Amino acid sequence: MTELTPQKLKAMLRNMLLIRRFEETLKKLYQQGKIHGTMHLCIGQEATATGACAALTIEDKITSTHRGHGHCIAKGADVKRMMAELLAKETGYCKGKGGSMHIADLEIGNLGANGIVAAGLPLGTGAALTSKMKKLGYVVLCFFGDGASNEGAFHESLNLASIWKLPVIFFCENNLYAMSGSVKEMVNIKHISERGTAYGIPGITINGNDLIEVVKTTEAAVARARSGGGPTLIEAQTYRWEGHSRSDARKYRTRAEEKEWKMDRDPIVLFKNQLTRNKTMSEDEFGQLNDEVNQLMVEAVTFAEQSHHPDLNALTEDVFA
Amino acid sequence: MRTITYSEAIREAMSQIMRHNPDVFIMGEDIGVYGGAFGLTNGMIEEFGAERVRITPISEAAITGCATGAAMTGMRPILEIQFSDFVMIAADNLVNQAAKMRYMFGGKAKVPMVVRLPGGSGAGFAAQHSQSLEAWMTHIPGLKVVQPSNAYDAKGLMIAAINDDNPVLFYEHKLLYNETGEVPREEYEIPLGKAHVKRTGSDVTIVATGIMVKKAMEAAEELEKDGILAEIIDPRTLVPLDQEVIINSVKKTGRVLVVHEAVKRGGYGAEIASMIAESDAFDYLDAPIKRLGGVETPIPYNPGLEQKAVPQVQDMLQECRKIVME
Ligand SMILES: Cc1ncc(C[n+]2csc(CCOP(=O)(O)OP(=O)(O)O)c2C)c(N)n1
Repeated sequence: MTELTPQKLKAMLRNMLLIRRFEETLKKLYQQGKIHGTMHLCIGQEATATGACAALTIEDKITSTHRGHGHCIAKGADVKRMMAELLAKETGYCKGKGGSMHIADLEIGNLGANGIVAAGLPLGTGAALTSKMKKLGYVVLCFFGDGASNEGAFHESLNLASIWKLPVIFFCENNLYAMSGSVKEMVNIKHISERGTAYGIPGITINGNDLIEVVKTTEAAVARARSGGGPTLIEAQTYRWEGHSRSDARKYRTRAEEKEWKMDRDPIVLFKNQLTRNKTMSEDEFGQLNDEVNQLMVEAVTFAEQSHHPDLNALTEDVFA
Repeated sequence: MRTITYSEAIREAMSQIMRHNPDVFIMGEDIGVYGGAFGLTNGMIEEFGAERVRITPISEAAITGCATGAAMTGMRPILEIQFSDFVMIAADNLVNQAAKMRYMFGGKAKVPMVVRLPGGSGAGFAAQHSQSLEAWMTHIPGLKVVQPSNAYDAKGLMIAAINDDNPVLFYEHKLLYNETGEVPREEYEIPLGKAHVKRTGSDVTIVATGIMVKKAMEAAEELEKDGILAEIIDPRTLVPLDQEVIINSVKKTGRVLVVHEAVKRGGYGAEIASMIAESDAFDYLDAPIKRLGGVETPIPYNPGLEQKAVPQVQDMLQECRKIVME
């Protein structure tokens, strides 16, 4: 296990802040009509993305979801290029052709966000097969939601990864809802992690808003995968503060529930308090982190706004290699 | 007559039938208080309850197979697939199961189901949420494929689809949902397989499907200023196809442009074009049959590129002028 040095702890806090500010900025830009299409914010879920990726090396890979901004940032993406992609500019990660749901960064092991629910699981399972067959040593972590665990692709991937003992971690961000479908109504077991049993995969449920718990659990799963022990199913319980996408009136849940999660279980506040309480970090230092992240956002928006739209001739580029 | 939107027209069709036919029910992801991804089922769970407005998990293969099973055994399900792109996950259930049941069982089974499929580009949803894959489905014997272009047709075709005893794929275009039109309050059917001559003309026939009908109407108005009179035909259903109306129009005008949003290569336009070429309308042609379709690329996110990826009014104008001048 890696040691959680003060630097590492602060870096993780910074990463969570960066995700939060990035998404708050997107929300503003969307309201100003600068972003078209749709997008899915992960505000409130910063600890799962940050903690899970903190347990990985740059060689390890992830697959992400439609709610992927946090995963991308945590895996080390450049927020300027992400912002440019959201504004549909040619300097974006996908040259403006992918948008929010398709950001990929293969060089740093991000095999891509995905607009098809659960599609990342078989892809990640395949990447893990490559690692095993070519003895590349990397592990793959597939992010997905509670809703995705009802897709056939989830079940088939778990089975395949299990019989072949592949180095893959199935990381479920259980934020209690899939669009409007409450996990209580869509899944008739207590914990998504129990589903591992059917495929001979250990399953564990954790508090996804507790950063350190996320890091430690993922590290154990990574160690198991690296040593040939096969896959693990992690269910991290968390909450998405916003609606499913920008058009969601949130009629399927109560404001009281939202308030409770925001007030009492904000992963950033919890972790920040932990660090200031045990004197790893001072309030001043936190203020600095905050300023630094805000400054990055200003730069990202400027970069994105000053970038060009792709040339119309780019329409047919990249269809084939 | 009152004016309602394309969405409201579809909702009204479903609701009216559900009020008197207890076999009809709807199912799909988030179709309860959320109202479905496009608000199409707003208010339906309040009226019909959770038994008949069945909210499903995100399990396209399972829910499509489930609808098929329910249909075989006496129900008339209407299934909403959130974006038509996701039906690919359920391909086995549609293509190998629903489409073939009746035939395989020697006519013993029937599969009266409607699958609602919001398709098309223009909303910035990028490559996995913007496709027009209807031509794929027209290749499968046993599936009917419907593509309403306006509110009036949407209601009449939906009622016909629900009353049909076969699997019917109902392709809706996201950009048409808020389009309004005059729609009668009462139930009425537009029979599947009946094309509509939207506009008569003598110089060129434009056969347009789905949202392209609207664009073709705009193009026709422009063309009229040049003295070119376009006749516009909306097949409304791809399977079964109303060949007669198309052939008669081509015989009259001697020129034809077929236009759809789906990628041109292998698109349904190819089918319509060869149908014309194989008919006796061939002898009446004064110019080669022309097709306009989507560019051979996935749908990009960038708005400028997205527009360029599918036919626009301008493209139709250009093409029609060429056809008529030649
Ligand atoms: C195959 C497929 N079906 C449906 C959708 C529409 N959709 C996008 S996200 C979503 C909910 C996903 O819920 P979950 O997996 O729990 O992830 P969360 O949104 O909670 O992060 C739905 C229904 C889709 N994109 N792909």
